[in-house]
Amino acid sequence: MSSAPWTDRLDNPVSEKLRDPAATGYAGLLLAVFAGFLAIPPIEARQVAWSILVGLVAAFLGLWTATRGRRRLGIGAIVAGFTGMGLGALAMQSSTGNLETVFNASLVAQMFAFATPLVFGAIAGMFSERSGVVNIGLEGMMLMGAFWGVWGADKGGSWVVGLVVGALAGGLLALLYAYFAIHLRADQIVGGTAVNFLALGITGYFFFQLYHGNYVSQGVSTIPDVNIPGLSGTKFLGPAIGDLNLMIWAGFVLVIVSYIVVFKTPIGLRIRACGEHPRAADTVGINVYAIRYGCVILSGCLAALGGVYLSDGFGGGTFNDNMTAGRGFIALAAMIFGNWRPFGAFGAALLFGLSSAIALRLQVYSASASTLFNVLPYVLTLIAVAGVIGRTVPPAADGKPYSKQ
Amino acid sequence: MSEVASTPEPPEQPQGDAATLASSVAAKQRAGGVIVPVLTAVIAFLIGGLVVLATGHNPLAAYHDIFNGAGLNWIFHPTTDVANTAAYNLSQTLLQTTSLILCGLAVAFAFRCGMFNIGGQGQYFIGLYVANWLGWSFAGMSPLPHVLIAVVCATAAGAAWAGIAGVLKATTGAHEVITTIMLNWIAIWVGEWLFGDGGPLQNSANKTVPISNDIAAGARLPVFWGQQQLQGLHVGFFVAIAALVVFYLILNRTTLGYEVRAVGFNPDAAAYGGISVRKNLIRAMAISGAFAGLAGALDMLGYLYHFGQSDIPVSQVGFLGIAVALLGRNTAVGVGIASLLFGALLFGTTHGLSAGSSSIDPSLAGNLTYIIQGLVVLFVGADVLVLSVWNARKKVRRRGGGSAAARAEAPA
Repeated sequence: MSSAPWTDRLDNPVSEKLRDPAATGYAGLLLAVFAGFLAIPPIEARQVAWSILVGLVAAFLGLWTATRGRRRLGIGAIVAGFTGMGLGALAMQSSTGNLETVFNASLVAQMFAFATPLVFGAIAGMFSERSGVVNIGLEGMMLMGAFWGVWGADKGGSWVVGLVVGALAGGLLALLYAYFAIHLRADQIVGGTAVNFLALGITGYFFFQLYHGNYVSQGVSTIPDVNIPGLSGTKFLGPAIGDLNLMIWAGFVLVIVSYIVVFKTPIGLRIRACGEHPRAADTVGINVYAIRYGCVILSGCLAALGGVYLSDGFGGGTFNDNMTAGRGFIALAAMIFGNWRPFGAFGAALLFGLSSAIALRLQVYSASASTLFNVLPYVLTLIAVAGVIGRTVPPAADGKPYSKQ
Repeated sequence: MSEVASTPEPPEQPQGDAATLASSVAAKQRAGGVIVPVLTAVIAFLIGGLVVLATGHNPLAAYHDIFNGAGLNWIFHPTTDVANTAAYNLSQTLLQTTSLILCGLAVAFAFRCGMFNIGGQGQYFIGLYVANWLGWSFAGMSPLPHVLIAVVCATAAGAAWAGIAGVLKATTGAHEVITTIMLNWIAIWVGEWLFGDGGPLQNSANKTVPISNDIAAGARLPVFWGQQQLQGLHVGFFVAIAALVVFYLILNRTTLGYEVRAVGFNPDAAAYGGISVRKNLIRAMAISGAFAGLAGALDMLGYLYHFGQSDIPVSQVGFLGIAVALLGRNTAVGVGIASLLFGALLFGTTHGLSAGSSSIDPSLAGNLTYIIQGLVVLFVGADVLVLSVWNARKKVRRRGGGSAAARAEAPA
């Protein structure tokens, strides 16, 4: 009895699961986040020791994970543990009053507002790339939606018209791109870059032609907010999700629907087949060109809807030159960060949305620090594509034009 | 998933038949010659003209005004007197051409190594920031070393910034398009931070203005055409021309260039021949970034002298470099000619046009530049289109002129 090591006594299914490298790794990551969160509102610990303690436990779990095969996850947890420690310690330096202006319930609402264009863009990019067509042109398609959406809402008198017109404009640009990328087998990255320039020129040109470069007239029909009656009085849920824009909810639905479509339906299987091995897909009778055309056009429409939200929902019915200002690229980053999966992309979009929202609020501390906070999505994506923590795996035939034999 | 990825394998395994971008471009270049880029530009201008026509302006008058706005009418009555509008406009067009040449070379050099450097804009900004910082922080230094230090450091900074993408590609296989896009936006936000309120490069005299200090008088490049106060043409223009020559010599007359091109055509074959693919990817990216960083330095020391938050989103030189390189077929001569075209377009559609009297408003025409730029890039990316137009014409000519050809061949 005494000869058996003490760990043998733990050999029951539950503890087996708990000691699994993956479990300890993710626990480490969670604790690392918690180490940072200790200092901010709901809890507001005022002693650095707490953050250091929790962060060290996270780092230890990471070390344990790393030594048992899951190196990337483990190293990720260690890095996150120390980052959490540092952030927690930083947050404890500032007054609770300042912390409460940064971290409150409306931060959640703001996170969703910033994340929604990214959610639409990232899901749009996912559809295109899952079918094997790289879509660098997301930014341009989003910009088309932003301008033509608000134009449609202005001229058509209703935000519904705006959504339709915006989606059509994005879809049309995507159709042009699809023709070049699929039909003419142009290089997809060059084509996508061209789409971005084109959209910048077209929207800027017509913005001046139709509105003389001034603001779109006041009183444009804007996308409404959804007021949930029961929540308005509550302390946290009310300001957090009680009054979100319709498009934010549409974004949630889109993520779930696209997950089901891509991973649980025959059409999704076909899309993925075209992105992984178009020749094989063709052999079993799937029309690769049709699937790719459909996906790229859908991609343009979805990205444009994100743009319409930007101008006619979030922006309250305004437009300005180059309104998207790189959001299409953050959406692309979110898609890559989320490993070409709907929920992964959604998570990344929320993370990037949160970082934008925090960046905006950090101005109570320092304007320059809050500006610098905006690089976070790009740095994280750089780390993700470099494969330091986990590895992103694009569809095998992503970016390769297909020619029928 | 992570365990599988850690097995040692060469980065970027080219898949079977898929040739690199550089080799396909080279193949089309041989097939189409100089006609294709010319045709591309003509079609782009035609479509741009249609947009102008559809929105109720006269395209011929508009292009005529843009031509004059760019100072290209100078060739009809050449003069060195910058009081003359045409001469002044031409000097401004050449000013734009200077940075376009270098940004075009930045894209072209990476292209010849089989990589697509979208990050020219970011590398340009990094060079610009460094030149700005060094330009005013050593005030009182004697001019020549000051300029040299600023230019060399800015160039090195651009090279290092692009080198990040090169190193990531060489070591982890991260696609350079994604990494350079991310590096672009990091450079943009770093600039917002540097010149913003409380930023390190923000004006030291006036703490509320998000604009940098002016660089020291000694660090400014000499102006050889026009006046320094009126944004005359600086000697950096000759540096850009020299860079074209250097680009040609490096690629075609050195071992380095041979290796870079070999990797660009076929990395597998290059590796088989004993060329280190990784080393060349990093090297090509760094040289590429050096060109863009140099562009930033010359712009800063040549005519900008200061930079601010509001200038950041306006600057598009690095992105235009993509169109320049693609239209110029990634060759030295091509980049030079395409830079002049886009430089003329850039100045001729904006400041060169007078708002009241011209047939098209500068705000419209400025966006026309982006449309034409987009069309050029789109058509170059799909040489198939332009080639097919060309082939169709050849076919028609062969059919229509068949009898003529037969007659010519008959005596033989």
